Amino acid sequence: MDVVAVVLLIVPAAAAITTFWLPARAAGAVTATAGIASFALAIALIPAVSRRDLALLGFVRIDALSVVFLLATGFVYACAAVYSIGYLQSAGAQGAAGQRYARRFWAGLNLFAWSMLAAPAMGNLALLWIAIEVTTIVSALLVALEGTDGAAEAAWKYVLLASAGLAIALLGTIFAYYAGAHVLGPSYNLAFGPLLRVAGHLPPTAARLAFVLAVLGFGTKVGLFPVHTWLPDAHSEAPTPVSALLSGSLLAVSFYAILRYYQITAAALGPRFPRDVLLVFGVASLLLAALYLLDQQDYKRLLAYSSVEHMGILAIGVSFGAPVALAGVLLHVLAHAAAKGNAFMGAGVLVRKFGSKRVSSVTGGLDLLPWSGPLFLAAVLALSAMPPFGIFRSEFEIVTGGLAASRNAAAAVLVVLVTVAFLGMSLAANRMLLTPRRDPAPARGEPSVWMVVPVAAGVVVLLVLGLHPPGELTGLLDRAVAALREPA
Amino acid sequence: MLPVQAPGVYAGGANVIAVLILLVEFGMFRQALLRDQVRLYASQSALIAVLAVLVGAVRHLPELYVLAAATVALKVVAIPLVLRRLLRETGPAGAPAAGADIAGSGGLGLASTVLIAIVVAAFGFFAAGALPISRSAAPVTALSVSLSVVLVAFVLMIQRQDVASQAIGLFSLENGISLAALVVAASLPLILEVALLFDLLLAVVVFGLLIRMHIGRAESLSTADLTSLRG
Repeated sequence: MDVVAVVLLIVPAAAAITTFWLPARAAGAVTATAGIASFALAIALIPAVSRRDLALLGFVRIDALSVVFLLATGFVYACAAVYSIGYLQSAGAQGAAGQRYARRFWAGLNLFAWSMLAAPAMGNLALLWIAIEVTTIVSALLVALEGTDGAAEAAWKYVLLASAGLAIALLGTIFAYYAGAHVLGPSYNLAFGPLLRVAGHLPPTAARLAFVLAVLGFGTKVGLFPVHTWLPDAHSEAPTPVSALLSGSLLAVSFYAILRYYQITAAALGPRFPRDVLLVFGVASLLLAALYLLDQQDYKRLLAYSSVEHMGILAIGVSFGAPVALAGVLLHVLAHAAAKGNAFMGAGVLVRKFGSKRVSSVTGGLDLLPWSGPLFLAAVLALSAMPPFGIFRSEFEIVTGGLAASRNAAAAVLVVLVTVAFLGMSLAANRMLLTPRRDPAPARGEPSVWMVVPVAAGVVVLLVLGLHPPGELTGLLDRAVAALREPA
Repeated sequence: MLPVQAPGVYAGGANVIAVLILLVEFGMFRQALLRDQVRLYASQSALIAVLAVLVGAVRHLPELYVLAAATVALKVVAIPLVLRRLLRETGPAGAPAAGADIAGSGGLGLASTVLIAIVVAAFGFFAAGALPISRSAAPVTALSVSLSVVLVAFVLMIQRQDVASQAIGLFSLENGISLAALVVAASLPLILEVALLFDLLLAVVVFGLLIRMHIGRAESLSTADLTSLRG
């Protein structure tokens, strides 16, 4: 089974190298194959980690928690890769400039996916930091790819803020090393497993400092308030498939880093302190996002703020600490990846169709887009936690966990703010999709079939997660929850 | 009352180097030319390398010599070279950008900025002093200074409104973290340290590319026009 993990780390890297040299059409086929293969390999890891944690090559460590994030990333990677074929075709860029754009796009997309698949597989806190830093560097170039003024501005803000945040996280990593070396001796190499085993003996001040710095630092990449400010810009200016990966996978992978520090800190200091820290960041992010969602004129920014909202929900869910809430959080990671990937891909179709990101420029979406219209509506409803989609189930579990842990006030705040966010999202979707079309309207029809298929797959996944998650998956989530709750 | 003990040669030397690093950080506030800004960054990195050699010699950690060599190769030679190369070709209106005037990019006057930086540095110094950090490779005072360097670098990045100073502010922030790492994590395995350095080099290349893109569009280094995305 170790082979599967190695192949998973090689496939996207190989795809990145080959797509740089291939013509655009072949590069698209290679990327789509690599994406689907990565998702399949992530699924193949589920039975492997049910018996034991995988450890290989000295620095790769994959347990149930890692696999949850590998699944989320693999799925969005596969969808975004297939979608990109239609996205580039419908852009209609020809000639040398179009080819140069396509080559950078495909190579960058694969490299970005590779760095995000590598991060949850790292068994060493320093390598985890490096992998997340590489995600920043690669995705900043992808955000700048469109070459517009907005893209240049968004990329600069993103790379500067995220790098400054990660510098803080590096400081946290160094304090984690100090704490570990205190117990394990100077030859300690920041490996995660040994640190968790001795967590009970770590010096408390250093552990506390490492956690707060890690939450603030990696939280910059997660998009937690008040260090979220790069997020709406980068998500709205990036090419749409990149937005889907940024929002569906990158934020989750960064949250994974916080979860690892949470695990160590909870074992070192007891769960009280890390939970309180996450609760504060979570509620603040959720509040900010809900208010910004109410009156948002740009629908890609709308989806970006919805990401801030959902990351806040994740942080609050972890702060509840009850097993059912943690299972809800991990299910939420998967469901949010599918739903947000879908929503961005649907938004990309709207941008292609109407040539604008303004909510007010889009009318009669359901009428003009026979497939993408209803699918986008489904994605927005799924993001608003409507049944029967997966996010309904996950948020239900999180709130149940909050009540079970007697965090009644926080659970009530969560429900109220999620409802406010729903109001904002549904108002905008209503204006774009359910209004009669305004002439002159673009012709009825889809820009490309490649831009519909992955979104339909996402809806299927959301329905499966909401109605009846497969037994293997719930088993995986239970093992991941057990790992989060008690040190190995 | 405890008798005040004079610090040993090692502790004194390490603290002096740490304070010099902080002073170089302050020097960045008054640099008017981008070229000099890059030069200050290189000298700050050189001080880090000297400190690495000192800690390595006194604490018998030979891998720190390799780290010092890698620091010199990357942070003193390669990164300043990359920065200058990337900026040379694309100066505003054909002028060499490396000589570009960035003095007027401050949002606040020089005196007020330095005052704020002093307050922030003092806060960092005393906050770190309150931490019960012991048993480390270098003297704990150096750790306090390193937090001051990090905070002052943030002030530099906030105050300067041009892409080059913001980038160099970030790289010098990383120098502050290197200083902290020498104090509390000197024995961190060399392979990880070198990986971190190469990661920094990668970041520098990407920063350079984005700076070039910015200059190409805005025809200046200023970030004053980056205000179209909001809400």
